[in-house]
Amino acid sequence: MSDTLQSFAARFRKCPITGLSVDRSAELLIKVNAVVAVVTFLIGVLAALGLVLTRWQAIHLLDASMYYRFLTAHGLNMLIFFIIFFEMAVLYFAGPVVLNSRLPAPKMGWLAFLLMLAGAVLVNWMVFAGKADVLFTSYPPLKADPNYYLGIILFAVGALIVCGLFYASLAVAKKEKTYEGSMPLVTFGALTATIIAIISLLHGAIIYIPTWLWSMNLMPMDAQIYRLIWWGLGHSSQQINVAAMVSVWYLLAGLTVGGVVLNEKVSRTAFVLYVLFISMASAHHLLVDPGMGPAWKVWNTSYAMYLAVLASMIHGFTVPAGIEMGQRLRGFTHGTFEWLRKAPWGDPGFSGMVLSVIIFGFWGGITGVTIGTEQINLMAHNTMRIPGHFHVTVVGGTALAFMAVTYYVLPLIFQRRVAFWGMAKLQPYVFGIGITVMSMAMSFMGSFGVPRRHWDISGAQAPFHVEFHPAVDLLQAVFGIGGLAAAVGALMFIASAVVSVFFGKRVTEECIAKGLPGIPQGVLKLPSQTYKGSMVERTHKTGTPGTVVLVFIFLACFVLYYFVNWKLLSVLWKIG
Amino acid sequence: MASELHSAIVSPKGVWWSPVGTQEKRWITIAFIWCLILFAMMPFWHMKGGQNPTGIRSKVDPIEFVKRTDRFIQDYKVGEENGFPVVAPPPGSDIYLLARMWNWSPVLKLKKNAEYTLHLSSADVNHGFGLFPINVNVQVLPGYDYALRVTPNETGDLRVVCNEFCGINHHLMIGKIVVED
Repeated sequence: MSDTLQSFAARFRKCPITGLSVDRSAELLIKVNAVVAVVTFLIGVLAALGLVLTRWQAIHLLDASMYYRFLTAHGLNMLIFFIIFFEMAVLYFAGPVVLNSRLPAPKMGWLAFLLMLAGAVLVNWMVFAGKADVLFTSYPPLKADPNYYLGIILFAVGALIVCGLFYASLAVAKKEKTYEGSMPLVTFGALTATIIAIISLLHGAIIYIPTWLWSMNLMPMDAQIYRLIWWGLGHSSQQINVAAMVSVWYLLAGLTVGGVVLNEKVSRTAFVLYVLFISMASAHHLLVDPGMGPAWKVWNTSYAMYLAVLASMIHGFTVPAGIEMGQRLRGFTHGTFEWLRKAPWGDPGFSGMVLSVIIFGFWGGITGVTIGTEQINLMAHNTMRIPGHFHVTVVGGTALAFMAVTYYVLPLIFQRRVAFWGMAKLQPYVFGIGITVMSMAMSFMGSFGVPRRHWDISGAQAPFHVEFHPAVDLLQAVFGIGGLAAAVGALMFIASAVVSVFFGKRVTEECIAKGLPGIPQGVLKLPSQTYKGSMVERTHKTGTPGTVVLVFIFLACFVLYYFVNWKLLSVLWKIG
Repeated sequence: MASELHSAIVSPKGVWWSPVGTQEKRWITIAFIWCLILFAMMPFWHMKGGQNPTGIRSKVDPIEFVKRTDRFIQDYKVGEENGFPVVAPPPGSDIYLLARMWNWSPVLKLKKNAEYTLHLSSADVNHGFGLFPINVNVQVLPGYDYALRVTPNETGDLRVVCNEFCGINHHLMIGKIVVED
C-alpha cells in the first residue's frame, strides 16, 4: 500500500505558484503537444510569408503551382495542426491540472500524440511533394493522393482519443474527489470545446473515409454532399477554437488581474448555447450553393435564431465585466475606466488576451454575422472578404489568445522564464495590429470583388481583360505591410517560446521573490482568486459601468455595418 | 448575492444558480432582440427584397448540361470573340453559362431591365461565378443546375471571374457578359 502511495507521490509535483498538484505525465503531454503545435505554426507562418508576397501583386513572388501548394500547407498547418495540437495541450491542462487530479491511461495519450504526429507528417509530406494541390477544402472532383486523406484520418482519430482521455480525467477527478463543488468554469468551457470537437471530428470521419475510398476509385462522390458534410468538420472545427479561446479568456482574466465570474449561470449557459447551435454554422459556406433551399439556408446560417451569436455577445460582456470587477476589487475604483487604464498592459498574457477579445469581437464577429447572412453572402462568397473575416477570428482571436496563454504556460508548466522578455511584451501588439490591418485590407479588397484563392488577378493571358478598381493596388500594399507585420509578430512569438523551452532559465522561488524579468506579473504575484466580505458587496453594487459603455459602442458598430451591407446589396441586379 | 466572487479556475461551491445582475440582464435582453432582428431580416428580404440566392435548383448530368449549352449557343449565336461564341438570347429566355477548366462559355449579350433564367453548372470540378465589377458571387458545382432569375439593371461590359480554386490555370478563367440598352 505504501508503495502505491509513494508511486503516486512521485507522479505529482506541487506547483509553488498556484498550489496545484501537477501530474507529471499530463505535464509531459502538454509539453510535447505544445512544442509540435509551435513547429506546425512555424511552417504555417513561413507559408504565409510566401502567400502575402505573392498576392501583393507588385511583388508576386511565387509561381502559380507553388502559390497553391503554399496555400494548401498554410491552411492545414494553421487551421488544423497548430490549433488542434495546442488544444490538446489545453485539454491536458484544463482537465488533470486544473482539477488537481491524475491523468488516467497516459499511454493512450502517447498513442494519440503519435497518431496525430504521423497524420500531420504524412499530410505535409503529400502537400510539399506536390501530390495534394487541392487546397485546405479538397473539394472533389479535385483529387489528391490517397495518403493525404489517410493522414487527416489518422490525425482525427488521435484527437478523438484525447477528447476521450479528457472525459476520463473528469470522471477520475470526480470519483477521487480532487476538487469540491462544481468543476471550474475554465474546465467547463474546455468540456464544451471537446463536445464540439467530437461533433466536428465525426463529420470529418464521415466524409474523409469515403473520400479516401473515392480517391482510390472504390466509390463515387457527390460534389454537393461532400461540401455539406465537409463543412461540418471545416466550420465546426473553428467553433472548437471559439469555445477553447473563450475558456482561455476566462483563464487569463483570472491569472492576470484576478478577473471574476460575475454569474456562473450566465457564463455556463452561454457555453451550452455553443454546443447546441454552433455546428449549424457549416451552412455559412453553402449559402449560394445549388443543393439547398432558402428555408434550410436561413435556419442554419442563423444558428436557429442567432443563439450562438447571442452566446458570444454574452461572453463579450461577461469577460470584460469580470476583468473590470476583478480590477475594482483590487482597488481601481475611480471613474469609469481606471480599471482599464491601470491594467497591466506590459504583461503579454494580459495585453494578448484583451487584444484577442477586441479583434475577435469587434472585427471578427461583426463581419462574420454580416457576410453569413443568406442574401449578403451574394456579395461576399469566395471574395477576399471571407479570409478577411476569418483571419480576425481564428488568427487575431484564437491564435493570439493561445500566444497570450503561452506566456503563462512557460513559467507555470515548463517552469522556464520567458526568453527575450522585452520583445515578448511587444509581441501581442505587433501581431494583433498587423493581422488586423491585413484583414481589413482583405475585407475591402473583397468589397471590390477581388476573389480569394487566386494567384493572379491581373488577368494577363486570360481570354478577356479584367481591371480592378485602382484602390485595390493601394489595399494590396496595406495588406502586404499588415501581413508582414503579423509574420514578424508570429516569428517573435516562436523565437521567444522556442528559446524559453529549450534554453530558458529555470523559474525558482528565489527569482520570483526577486521579481526577475521573464516572469509575467500574474506569476510573480498571483492575484487573489476569491474575494469575500463587505468590499465585494460595495463593488458589486457599482456594477461594471466601463463594460456597459464598451458593449454599446460595439453594438452601434454592429448595427451600422450590418445595415450598410443591406443597402449595398439593394442596388445590385435583381436575382431570385 | 455576491458575498463571494471567484475567478474561472476556482470551483464554485454550493448552489451557483443565482439571479442575474441588472446590467447583465439588460445586455442579454438587448442582445437577444438584436439576434431576432438579424434573423427576421432574411425572410423579410425574401418577401420584399430583390436579391435572393433561391433559384431553381436541380440535378443534372454534366454531359447533359454541356449538350444544353451547345444547343443554346446554336440557337442564339451572333458572332465570336477571342475564340468564344457570342450569344444574344431574347429577353425572358433560359440562358446557359458553362464552367469548365479553365473558361466560361459562351459570351452573353443581355438587355438591360430584361429578366433571364441563368443556368450555371460545371463540366468538371467546382468553380465560382463572380460577376465583376458588380460583385455577385455564386458557387458552381458539377452535377447541379443552379438556375437564377436575373435582371441586369445597368448597361456595361462585365467579366465573370472564377472565384473557386479549380486547378493550376484557375487565374485564366475569365468570361464576359455584355449588357446593352
